[in-house]
Amino acid sequence: MTAPHPLLEIAGLHVTVDDKPILRGIDLAVRAGEVHAIMGPNGSGKSTLAHVLAGREGYAVTAGTIEYMGRNLLELAPEARAREGIFLAFQYPVEIPGVANIYLLKAGLNAVRKHRGEAELDAMDFLALVRSRLQLMEMDESLLYRAVNEGFSGGEKKRNEILQMAVLEPRLAILDETDSGLDIDALQVVARGVNTLRSAERAIILVTHYQRLLDHIRPDRVHVLAHGRIALSGGAELALELEERGYGWVEDEARTGREEAHR
Amino acid sequence: MARQAFELDELISRDYPHGFFTTLEVDSAPRGLSEDVIRLISSKKGEPEFMLEWRLRAFRHWLTMTEPQWATVRHPPIDYQDIVYYSAPRSKKGPKSLAEVDPELLRTYEKLGVPLQERELLAGVAVDAVFDSVSVATTFKARLAEQGIIFCSFSEAVQQHPELVQAYLGSVVPYTDNFFATLNSAVFTDGSFCYIPPGVRCPMELSTYFRINAMNTGQFERTLIIADRGAYVSYLEGCTAPMRDENQLHAAVVELIALEGAQIKYATVQNWYPGDREGRGGIYNFVTKRGDCRGDNSKISWTQVETGSAITWKYPSVILRGDNAVGEFHSVALTNHYQQADTGTKMIHLGRNTRSTILSKGISAGHGSNAYRGLVKVAKSATGARNYTQCDSLLLGDRCAAHTFPYIEVKNPTARVEHEASTSRIGEDQLFYCQSRGLTAEDAVSLIVSGFCKEVFKELPMEFAVEAQKLLGVSLEGSIG
Repeated sequence: MTAPHPLLEIAGLHVTVDDKPILRGIDLAVRAGEVHAIMGPNGSGKSTLAHVLAGREGYAVTAGTIEYMGRNLLELAPEARAREGIFLAFQYPVEIPGVANIYLLKAGLNAVRKHRGEAELDAMDFLALVRSRLQLMEMDESLLYRAVNEGFSGGEKKRNEILQMAVLEPRLAILDETDSGLDIDALQVVARGVNTLRSAERAIILVTHYQRLLDHIRPDRVHVLAHGRIALSGGAELALELEERGYGWVEDEARTGREEAHR
Repeated sequence: MARQAFELDELISRDYPHGFFTTLEVDSAPRGLSEDVIRLISSKKGEPEFMLEWRLRAFRHWLTMTEPQWATVRHPPIDYQDIVYYSAPRSKKGPKSLAEVDPELLRTYEKLGVPLQERELLAGVAVDAVFDSVSVATTFKARLAEQGIIFCSFSEAVQQHPELVQAYLGSVVPYTDNFFATLNSAVFTDGSFCYIPPGVRCPMELSTYFRINAMNTGQFERTLIIADRGAYVSYLEGCTAPMRDENQLHAAVVELIALEGAQIKYATVQNWYPGDREGRGGIYNFVTKRGDCRGDNSKISWTQVETGSAITWKYPSVILRGDNAVGEFHSVALTNHYQQADTGTKMIHLGRNTRSTILSKGISAGHGSNAYRGLVKVAKSATGARNYTQCDSLLLGDRCAAHTFPYIEVKNPTARVEHEASTSRIGEDQLFYCQSRGLTAEDAVSLIVSGFCKEVFKELPMEFAVEAQKLLGVSLEGSIG
């Protein structure tokens, strides 16, 4: 990796929700071409980090900076972030009754293309693109014409997120616990989708509780979040160690570290 | 949350895009209402005696009535003596073709995106344009006439087909019906008339564009559509109005008659000036619309998209008189700023095995108030009657209101009446989801709202559905954060 600037650089990030501190000083640099896994126990702030990156309301950044492609990400509205190539695969994708799945896909893609100064895709080209991505996700075409996530099974919802990602082709994809609630077949499909998207220009952040997704997607870096901080970072092997030893010891170390810092 | 409310305001507070004003010479009656004014209207229009008599009976009855107060709407009292009841664009003779139409008027239509020529040539739609109270252009008449279809202004029908007018006028909405319908019966100046002969399927969508323009001129249209035995017609009504300061009263009456085996589809897209963001100005729309499924196996469906007017008071209804008759009501009503809508339907089941469906979608934003008011009545005679009602409300922001008043009256034990209702709010999570896919908050709202209205939009003819969707987008423009 010789890229002069990371694609994403988070420094000293503090975030509160309803005045309650959730993130207490995150430092993280993600370069193009890298896959980072962010792991940690429930309540450690993983999803908060994912949502802050995507620009969700209700999270107050009280200190620190986030730079994305050399720009201050915090200044951008959520849709502007999406157009600049940030994609969040939701842990709980919402239903939008009456809106065909394909319609949202097309609106999203054309918004992104327009922003890049590209022509909007016509119906034929768009359908061809979506079909090729559907194949990748082993999804049935009928899913395109159902209302967004309405009546989708858990697995269908997650696959639909990855389908959207594959169509929108983001620079930085953040997958928020996409593996939770998936059976092994669906997990493999999701992993294949992600692996296919791996490229030198693109970075992927996998937020996950379990190691098993990492059996299928080998991360370049693994970070363990505990009490709103990155308590530990390492290579892919760290995930295996966590699988074996659980999160307890990392949390203990993080707590000790904090106490030391207070001294 | 605070930011969301703020952006909501911003989105909702766009100005009315159709606000412009055309200067036309106007030939008006003096302000106020009296028997003399009614005689003037009738004589200006060269009406036969029976019409004048009918108007006068209506007027005398109206004097005994008081304005209804039961609707969930509020407005300052209307001074009925401060209204000009007749105004017509000045013209020596009726125009014979578009070339004879006042170019200023044509330009107004152009601004609204309704170029008549284009409609005429491309869309295959016969347009009977009502500008103020007199029809100025009627197209495709010849082609329709080949099949015996009569589609003309109401005035013309009175002249050319008095026997039809006399037989059907007031037979669905009698002149004694209600305060506003009675007023309309006394003073209506024009409107549309349509007759489809037995067994004829009208080969095109019939359409009328209404537009309110002259200062302080109440609009009193009268529409009468008759589908004879086995006939079919689809009728579209759409309207927008220029911006103005004073409230304008609009009290139209629409009567539909479907004889045995006939079918009438009536669709409306209504976009009259809703008032400014403080709620000033805007049209008062007090409309009486009713269909009569007079023959067995007849069918009437109403579809409406109501986005305009300061106040909408409107209950397109169906009397299911014939056996096996079918009535439908599909409605989208949107209120923004300080708009108030009290709308719904009445399904009156009289015949055996009659069926009705009510699908109402109310959207409230800003300080808007939206009420669904519906009556499903099954008479003793209506053995086997069925009704299904679904009322859904969608709220945008936290200062708007939605009300549902369903009345059900069943006098026959074999009837089956179902009612479902829901109220939802556009969720912050739905908006964020769409935004994180690259859509602006505005586009996201428009997308979610059109999804909410989809079941109604699919009842509209294609080009109207597109227009309606656009209209919702414009009406909510910038409407949430």
